[in-house]
Amino acid sequence: MPIEVNGKTYETDEEGYLANLSDWSEEVASAMAEVDGTSLDENHWEVINFLREYYEEYQIAPAVRVLTKAIGKKLGPDKGNSKYLYELFPYGPAKQACKYAGLPKPTGCV
Amino acid sequence: MSEPWEEEGPGEIRKFMYVNRKAPYGTIYALESLEVVLIAAAFEQDVSMVFMDDGVFQIKKGQDTGQIGMKNFSPTYRALEGYDVEKLYVEAESLSERGLSEDDLLVPVEVMSRDAIARLMDEQDVILSF
Amino acid sequence: MLHTVNKSPFERNTLNACLGHALPDSAVLLIEDGVLAAVQGTAHETEMRKALEQHSVSVLGPDLSARGLSPEQVIPGINVVDYAGFVELTENHDKVQAWL
Repeated sequence: MPIEVNGKTYETDEEGYLANLSDWSEEVASAMAEVDGTSLDENHWEVINFLREYYEEYQIAPAVRVLTKAIGKKLGPDKGNSKYLYELFPYGPAKQACKYAGLPKPTGCV
Repeated sequence: MSEPWEEEGPGEIRKFMYVNRKAPYGTIYALESLEVVLIAAAFEQDVSMVFMDDGVFQIKKGQDTGQIGMKNFSPTYRALEGYDVEKLYVEAESLSERGLSEDDLLVPVEVMSRDAIARLMDEQDVILSF
Repeated sequence: MLHTVNKSPFERNTLNACLGHALPDSAVLLIEDGVLAAVQGTAHETEMRKALEQHSVSVLGPDLSARGLSPEQVIPGINVVDYAGFVELTENHDKVQAWL
């Protein structure tokens, strides 16, 4: 279902992931979260930005286990654990955060 | 009842080897193998990857696919460490037949002789060849 | 005639079959995994240098770059061409045989 932001329409797949990575902006991310009934705070953005940097470097969206470990390494054990990430992104940290980050669905994500 | 953030144990650990023998982009094998390795990493087995024959070109530095209209997936090999796939072996003979050396590769690897690779294959429980 | 070869010489005998059937005035263009034959210092260099005595040999640059290989690594005498050069080659020959 396409998503509309500021009068512009962006193509997505059937699960709401952006069809074109280059369509992403913070406004698009916020609009996607709004559809899910979520409002993004700085903790969400921290993870979203981390994911975008990860994708830039490795050209894949990380699996949740890998994301958790990498977040822990960068932002400390308080944030690098599944409980914290699931509280931020209850639909699954990899899946939901990747969606808002404009990335494809993680490879091997369950 | 377990919560989603509670992990189950890995159970019995088996030795899985992925054998990569094709150059990237000309065929789909290299990318398929990489995707299978990333997905299977979730099962926490003892995984190794071998790059031999034209497979050594998969991890050649400096790949630029801008002009052929395909995604350059070579940066993803550097993500393998984060997936706990740390055993990357390259066959020495395959490198030298192609005028390549360890310095031409974009990830840290262990270069081994054909004989040593053969013995390593013999130790595996499962071998998947691409 | 222009012969194109898209298989690695390390994996298939396509290049060999092509060179065995290419007449002296015909040209050879290496594309896709076939570009691996154009590089200096490989086990196929002697064979390629021999082919260069009889044929004009070209290699597609974009396929070299994709595989992390640069024009400087190509055996001297082999022309590195872009897509426009590929088109030009096909125009300059009466027919193309694509060895698969």
